[in-house]
Amino acid sequence: MMRSVLPILTVVTALVLLWYGAAISMNSKWAQDQAARAGLDLSFTELVADTWSQDRPRLPAPHQVVQELWKSTGEMALKGRAFSKRSLIFHGWITLSATMLGFVIGTGAGILLAVGIVHYRVMDMSVMPWAIASQTIPIIAIAPMIIVVLNSIGIQGLVPKAIISAYLSFFPVVVGMVKGLRSPSIDQLDLLRTYNAGTGATFWKLRLPSSMPYLFTSLKIGMAASLVGAIVGELPTGAIRGLGARMLTGSYYGQTIQIWSALIAAAILAALLVGTIGLIQRATLKRMGMQP
Amino acid sequence: MRNSSVIEAKDLNLTFETNDGPVHALKGVTLTIDKGDFVSFIGPSGCGKTTFLRVVAALEHPTGGSITVNGMTPDEARRQRAYGYVFQAAGLYPWRTIRGNIRLPLEIMGFPKAEQEAQIDRVLDLVELRGFGKKYPWQLSGGMQQRASIARALAFDADLLLMDEPFGALDEIVRDHLNEQLLHLWGSTNKTIGFVTHSIPEAVYLSTKIVVMSPRPGRITDVIESTLPRERPLDIRDTPEFLEIAHRVREGLRAGHAYDD
Repeated sequence: MMRSVLPILTVVTALVLLWYGAAISMNSKWAQDQAARAGLDLSFTELVADTWSQDRPRLPAPHQVVQELWKSTGEMALKGRAFSKRSLIFHGWITLSATMLGFVIGTGAGILLAVGIVHYRVMDMSVMPWAIASQTIPIIAIAPMIIVVLNSIGIQGLVPKAIISAYLSFFPVVVGMVKGLRSPSIDQLDLLRTYNAGTGATFWKLRLPSSMPYLFTSLKIGMAASLVGAIVGELPTGAIRGLGARMLTGSYYGQTIQIWSALIAAAILAALLVGTIGLIQRATLKRMGMQP
Repeated sequence: MRNSSVIEAKDLNLTFETNDGPVHALKGVTLTIDKGDFVSFIGPSGCGKTTFLRVVAALEHPTGGSITVNGMTPDEARRQRAYGYVFQAAGLYPWRTIRGNIRLPLEIMGFPKAEQEAQIDRVLDLVELRGFGKKYPWQLSGGMQQRASIARALAFDADLLLMDEPFGALDEIVRDHLNEQLLHLWGSTNKTIGFVTHSIPEAVYLSTKIVVMSPRPGRITDVIESTLPRERPLDIRDTPEFLEIAHRVREGLRAGHAYDD
């Protein structure tokens, strides 16, 4: 445990130092302009203090982001306003629900496609190229169209965002599950043939259990992609709720601290989601008796 | 005599079409295996010994000649659960316990639950793995894993056991032990066994009949009926009789130009 903590702490410390340094150099021009206008001469310590405490810095200092994060989450929760519109918990929840719905749709579609691809040659030849092509289109280009099209048939709110999120997350699941379902060796398949086992028995008894390690790896990537999809889905719509909307309004009004705190909140959310899958993975593989 | 033969192959041919032209895996193979025989197939790589076993199991289909298993085509025989097959790698499912692995064919073949458990107990005793049923494969040694895979092949009580170099990956000491156990198992169950091997002493020690094969094209060069008694302690391998048979096998391999290259 200690062995992994030390390197991690070292890297984090280095990043924070770099961040503070960058904040000085990026924000100093504005600080000096202000000082010049007021006819003042800033000492180095005054300059540093100023670059780390501006209202609208180009790059907010880490402690400013942390303060903003606390103000918009823990502090509001303590006041009983966790779900007010200024709370990141509220916005995070909006994004999370779209992410989860998209993840479920994307994973389900991905697994079904993989099962089809492994069992039907026609699907193997026809679906895979399209799946790959779908991922070469920038999501930022296709997201507004999905929203507009769905809106025209009366679907709005959560579902369009979830679909964009599913669009990103089905792909790693397809690729991983195709590989996983095909992972049994020739000998293992021959063994089932000697039992005269059908396609169904081969799938349930051999292919599906063999694919579990691949599935979880795909789910982790798919989950991260889902979150990105949900945030991107909030950008082009002028949404007023969700982490994506927070980033967007922050950039409209030059609220860099707000952008960064939404950004960090999204990163924390992603870490929690992927970590949860990791825990489920451990428990499942352990229950399946896989060698620890 | 006719109804006691388990496998009858007549002028069997199997040619694989490859990019480098046809490969004659089997050419003119004629062989009869009687009930209760322990038949070893020996020869260098590419002599068709594994291919022959796979034809019996209907995993490959001959391109010429005829073969019957229990008087049926291999495909029919498979549907009748005529044989159990043991591969070189134990190939146990890591996510199933030893009991679960042995249960696999029984589940697929639709045995009733109570009978499944009874059969598992029976074969665990046969391969002397009683008490290891709840372990996972990775908790067992290589030799024990291979015994579990033999138990899996025996679980549905087929009369014919096909074994493709089952002990090839194990060290010699474990191999001796498993050979002894296999002979004991064969003696107590009266099964017919087809056994592929690279090892002359293993073939001579185990078999009632030794089929010597040679490659390009895969064919039989000699069939040796063993004169050794059915009861065989390990030290039978030092008797002149044993050495004489081993010598004849070696001659057969040489005659087939098996080791030309």
